[in-house]
Amino acid sequence: MSSRDLILARVRRALADVPRDDTPYDQAFERGYLREHGGRSVEQTVDLLAENLADYRALVHRCADEELSDVLMRLLAQRGSKSVLVPPALPAYWLKAVDATRVHDRAASTPDELDRVDSVVTACAVAIAETGTIVLDGGPDQGRRRITLVPDHHICVVRVPDQVVSSVPQALERLDPARPLTWISGPSATSDIELDRVEGVHGPRTLEVVLVSGA
Amino acid sequence: MSGGTFVGMPSFPKAAHEAVHNQTLRGNLRHATHTIRAKRANAVAEMSDWAELREAGKQIKDHTLRHLDWYLVQLEESVTAAGGTVHWAADADEANRIVTYLVKATGESEVVKVKSMATQEIGLNEALEAEGIHAYETDLAELIVQLGKDRPSHILVPAIHRNRGEIRDIFASEMSEWGRPAPEGLTDTPAELAEAARLHLREKFLRAKVGVSGANFMVAETGTLVVVESEGNGRMCLTLPETLISVVGIEKIVPTWQDLEVFLQTLPRSSTAERMNPYTSTWTGTTDEDGPGTFHLVLIDNGRTDTLADEVGRQALSCIRCSACLNVCPVYERAGGHAYGSVYPGPIGAILSPQLRGTASEIDASLPYASSLCGACYDVCPVAIDIPEVLVHLRERVVEGGAVTRDGAKVVLKPAKGHAAERAAMRAARWAFSHPGALRTGQRLASRTRRFHPRTLPGPGKAWSATRALPTVPAEPFRDWWQRTHGGKDEK
Repeated sequence: MSSRDLILARVRRALADVPRDDTPYDQAFERGYLREHGGRSVEQTVDLLAENLADYRALVHRCADEELSDVLMRLLAQRGSKSVLVPPALPAYWLKAVDATRVHDRAASTPDELDRVDSVVTACAVAIAETGTIVLDGGPDQGRRRITLVPDHHICVVRVPDQVVSSVPQALERLDPARPLTWISGPSATSDIELDRVEGVHGPRTLEVVLVSGA
Repeated sequence: MSGGTFVGMPSFPKAAHEAVHNQTLRGNLRHATHTIRAKRANAVAEMSDWAELREAGKQIKDHTLRHLDWYLVQLEESVTAAGGTVHWAADADEANRIVTYLVKATGESEVVKVKSMATQEIGLNEALEAEGIHAYETDLAELIVQLGKDRPSHILVPAIHRNRGEIRDIFASEMSEWGRPAPEGLTDTPAELAEAARLHLREKFLRAKVGVSGANFMVAETGTLVVVESEGNGRMCLTLPETLISVVGIEKIVPTWQDLEVFLQTLPRSSTAERMNPYTSTWTGTTDEDGPGTFHLVLIDNGRTDTLADEVGRQALSCIRCSACLNVCPVYERAGGHAYGSVYPGPIGAILSPQLRGTASEIDASLPYASSLCGACYDVCPVAIDIPEVLVHLRERVVEGGAVTRDGAKVVLKPAKGHAAERAAMRAARWAFSHPGALRTGQRLASRTRRFHPRTLPGPGKAWSATRALPTVPAEPFRDWWQRTHGGKDEK
């Protein structure tokens, strides 16, 4: 007998006491919890996102669409970034004012090459206000998972209010499980020393989020 | 965890006896658990629907366990359809053989690891090392444990028993043996320690070809695996290597993608008291040119189906490894994690280890007693596991013996040795309570001789009564008083 069949047979024997239950999955239990917490206007939801991002040490900036390229230029210049990773379909005008050398997200790049790049700029798939989370789904304006991981500085642009949802349940509805997802809530951190949170371990130690309106 | 082992552990009271006399350990644990307790309470208080989320989490897990065979097959199909390969391991040895074989097939002799309870449980690092494969732990706390040749003492923060000064010393003396040495003049500020770990592990991440992980959740419907983490070491291991091997217990399934909406709200708040942890990764099989091109899922039983066979004890399989029960437990706070003799310490460990491993060893037979039954663990559990109920159930099993399932087969346990006095007392009580005449005579005799009763217990009871007053026997048994006064009516 294969281990697969062995384990499945053990599971069935273990459940011998459980009465046969044909209740369909969607009626099997009660989802008595809320779809979102509290009632907020669209503006208030965006404000809450900004507040919660900042609470976990992300640097939050807000601007109109036409100011975006200047803001990105300023953020990269302030950081002194000489090179910036660019996902394949990042809107070209976002970086039109930026001087830093563009490094394109290519399958052939080695992790060492990525490690030498100063910054990365991406869009996102959705942002969650209640938790201060941005979610990347590897779309063409976000690139492969590793480009937002290896460089030490990540700038993520969120189109508000379209890409902002209130809650985790609402975010999951918008996301496609078939895509590889990365949920990011603030810069890399750890609670491993005396159960106290410290920012800055393996992921980008600086996370900047630009909330852009009117895009 | 090199060096450390749980084999041949003494019983909990013996191990805890040493731990409670270690002042540094007591101080470290007290500081850490008290820090997180207040924070968790605040994070939970933000959610007006916490009770409903908790109930939904419990019901989803309960439903999944009751249909586990069906969901396992569905998961296998969906992972396979998404480009992954599923392996099944009945026990730890088989899981270790499978992973060793998969690593060898890549031609590599080192792997990077994301923190995983399942691989700790099966002793994967030691099994790989015996075959000449080095496993590097990349979670900060696991790194501290590995470098210190120590054992984990907490589910979430395995190095919780170490304070910053001890961590500094371990880094300064041990890092050079494993790779990049700690920076000169390293101090004990947490930020500097985190920086030292970043530098030390960077080279390992960048050259790694094989990653090994566990998973917090597996979605049967979609074949998606979820890893919840903080540092980014998980993302490194899940995305940079060419081959990813995930070792996951069969109970980690949730039916649908939507079910994650419950646990992604309750787990971070229960665990690190955050609204959301810094990084959560989800992946479904393999994705072209993004992340590992080869994905293996190793599903392990290793005592889980035996646990599932116990009608009371099976709820332990609902655990999502948040560790909230450890952080509130008065026994854990004082005894520390090592005394539990298992990778699963604290209240959840006290019900999980004796079920996964059986109660044959001294440590496993003693674990159901490693509790004051105060119930704080049940109150904070985000999936409402009634830990005190299972503890009492397991105590009964240890004392009385009875039918259990081991390695898939029904066996009858003999009553444990050393509980003879307890059993005799219970038998005597049963006899007395079922013979009213004898009970009455005994009670009257006790009342009349009350002047001669000792104030302390003799023999083994002496230590107990040294700090406690024995209850005094009333001058008249309650039932006689009731008869005489008609329940107090005549005494007005």
